[in-house]
Amino acid sequence: MKGPSNFLTIVIILVTIVSLLINLPDSVSLPKLPVLNTSPATVKLVNINTLLKPIGLEQNVAFRRGLDLEGGTSITLRAEMKAIPSDQRKDALESAREVIERRINFFGVSEPVIQTSFVNNDYRIIVEIPGVTDVNQAVSLIGQTAQLSFWEEAPSATPSGQIASPSALPLGVEQVIGQSARQTDLTGKDLKKAAVTFNQNTGEPQVQLTFTSSGTKKFGEITSRNVGKIVAIVLDNVVIQAPRVNEPILAGTAEITGGFTLDQAKAVQIQLNAGALPISLSVLEQRAIGATLGDQTVQKSLIAGAIGFLVIVGFMITLYGRLGIVATLALTVYTLLTLTIFRLIPVTLTLAGIAGFILSIGIAVDANILIFERMREEMRKGKSAHASLDIGFSRAWSSIRDSNIASIITSGVLMIFGTGMVRGFALTLAIGVLVSLFSAITVTRTLLRIVYK
Amino acid sequence: MLDIIKRKNLYFLISLLVIIPGIVSLFVYGLRLSIEFTGGSRTTLVFSKAVSDKAEQSVRDAYAVENIEIGTIQRSGDALIVRAGTMTEKQDARLLSSLTKSEGNVRQESFENIGPTIGKETTTKAFYAVLLASALIVLYIVISFRKVPKPASSLQFGICAILAVLHDVLAVVGIFSLLGHFFHVEIDSLFITAILTVIGFSVHDTIVVFDRIRENLLRVSGQPFATIVNNSILQTIVRSLNTSLTAILVLLTLLLFGGETIRWFVFALLIGVISGTYSSIFNAAPLLVVWEEYNQKRKKKV
Repeated sequence: MKGPSNFLTIVIILVTIVSLLINLPDSVSLPKLPVLNTSPATVKLVNINTLLKPIGLEQNVAFRRGLDLEGGTSITLRAEMKAIPSDQRKDALESAREVIERRINFFGVSEPVIQTSFVNNDYRIIVEIPGVTDVNQAVSLIGQTAQLSFWEEAPSATPSGQIASPSALPLGVEQVIGQSARQTDLTGKDLKKAAVTFNQNTGEPQVQLTFTSSGTKKFGEITSRNVGKIVAIVLDNVVIQAPRVNEPILAGTAEITGGFTLDQAKAVQIQLNAGALPISLSVLEQRAIGATLGDQTVQKSLIAGAIGFLVIVGFMITLYGRLGIVATLALTVYTLLTLTIFRLIPVTLTLAGIAGFILSIGIAVDANILIFERMREEMRKGKSAHASLDIGFSRAWSSIRDSNIASIITSGVLMIFGTGMVRGFALTLAIGVLVSLFSAITVTRTLLRIVYK
Repeated sequence: MLDIIKRKNLYFLISLLVIIPGIVSLFVYGLRLSIEFTGGSRTTLVFSKAVSDKAEQSVRDAYAVENIEIGTIQRSGDALIVRAGTMTEKQDARLLSSLTKSEGNVRQESFENIGPTIGKETTTKAFYAVLLASALIVLYIVISFRKVPKPASSLQFGICAILAVLHDVLAVVGIFSLLGHFFHVEIDSLFITAILTVIGFSVHDTIVVFDRIRENLLRVSGQPFATIVNNSILQTIVRSLNTSLTAILVLLTLLLFGGETIRWFVFALLIGVISGTYSSIFNAAPLLVVWEEYNQKRKKKV
């Protein structure tokens, strides 16, 4: 008995220390103490990054906050797919998503979340932009249909007056073609689709463009007059590809080669399809939460959570005395471990997610209460503390197991079939319940064995 | 010794007294649904000073100009919360600029504009998920309790557990229907989360009592079913009350310190936890006995 118990003790101590290191902030600012008349001080703490920095493994382990806590804008867009052939709708949606992501990144927003979904025969894009609360700006930024255009070097005979001024050129065109670039009459409408194919000789991935009949004619003319020159492909005013024309292409299909990896080729294909399969987007839902509102909610919830934890501790110690202290230690390890997992996965914390976490804390407390009550029962029957511990634990285990499995079933179903918010709830609940099973079997039990040695 | 089973009809009556007004209210008044379910807009406008009657009137006027119907306007300090019909982002921008002109510095703290489809989806999906989860829980209990000796059957345990869950959900929804009618409390998407939490708690609590019944049925023979159930309830009642008290204390701190955003959410949980504890002790386990007695009677007739 002694061997595994010692081993578990060490494991628990290690897990606790690592969790503590991950959860500690970089520094804490101490409140100004009126009595001592000290100035507000900031104390630097040792945490995971202080240790990992010297060996260059610094990690961002901050909580990922959902929009209701972080503040920001969430927009749900519906994609109009009537004009798109049904077998290309998924590609079109993926391309539209890609375009939105590019626009938002270009706008300099950190960590936007852009997801596609298919619900009730509706193709949708859900955009979450943390920090930005100007809905109107956000909608005008992402709601437009993507524009694909092709640019060529203007013939030298053209009088300089007809050439667009360099400032009006899309980003990157000047670098690849030069100041004398001009837009051709070829647009996304002329492109039927883009696909990733493999070069028959080299086996390298390449991007194949297929043009419509009018596109074939226009593209033939462009390639004829630009042999040996660059034709720039521009999406939303930024150059995405600048292939050199090797020969006139009259057949209506063209390949862009150039040492792509498969992923790069796919990325180009998606961008081109955004122009080839343009879908118009309409706003189904929009929300903006002010950052201060989110901060207030977090502040208040944190304070309430801390008080709640103290209440549990006080209650458990009043009820169970020495055992209450065991429960407190076990719960502290439990909380640290769960928060660590939230940080590492990372789980996006929303109000609903916090609710799931609170329920799981309740379940963890309950596991301790179940074990203690069973132990007391055995002790009342006159058994020794050590025997009561083992019997009490094994008797309580079937309740803990069955009730927790029921919770895991519920959260599993909700995770698969629920929508955003419900899923957030189910995820934190599932993680919490799994950790509480672990903490009941190992932490509480090991601590009890130490107490009743 | 306390005999809970003997007075089971009294306890069923108490449950009905709590639930029936709620159900009646649900049929008569329905639920006060937030814009997340009905579609519409909710805007929080923050003014530079406490909201005056004049400021509120300019807000009403601005909405009238844009031809957007206002549902309710709620004042809290320097903020106005306006619930109204759906609006486009252009309308929202015009509203803000006209308000800034007449009232000075007006900030839009939060803005939600929701088409009616989204809320319906969340609800229907959550509803089907709960149905499926309930079915799976019954199935799990049937499997996990399969070794329960006669006269009990594991299916009875599963169904009684779900009936107790239904009791708790009805209690919460019913009370919120009444709150909605009399105090204008709205059902929002967080409420769905609350219901899910209550379901989780309720099943958890009931299984702990049932587990004890299972154990006693296996170990003690020769006692009537009702006695075994009663003893099991008494043996687990301290644990049930302690667990619930912990949960209730935490919820009370959340209610006091958690702020406005989660107030009604926490309140729903509070009702659910109380109801969940009550139903596992006074409904779920006694229902097993009622079922058993019914089976006995039927046997005798045959």
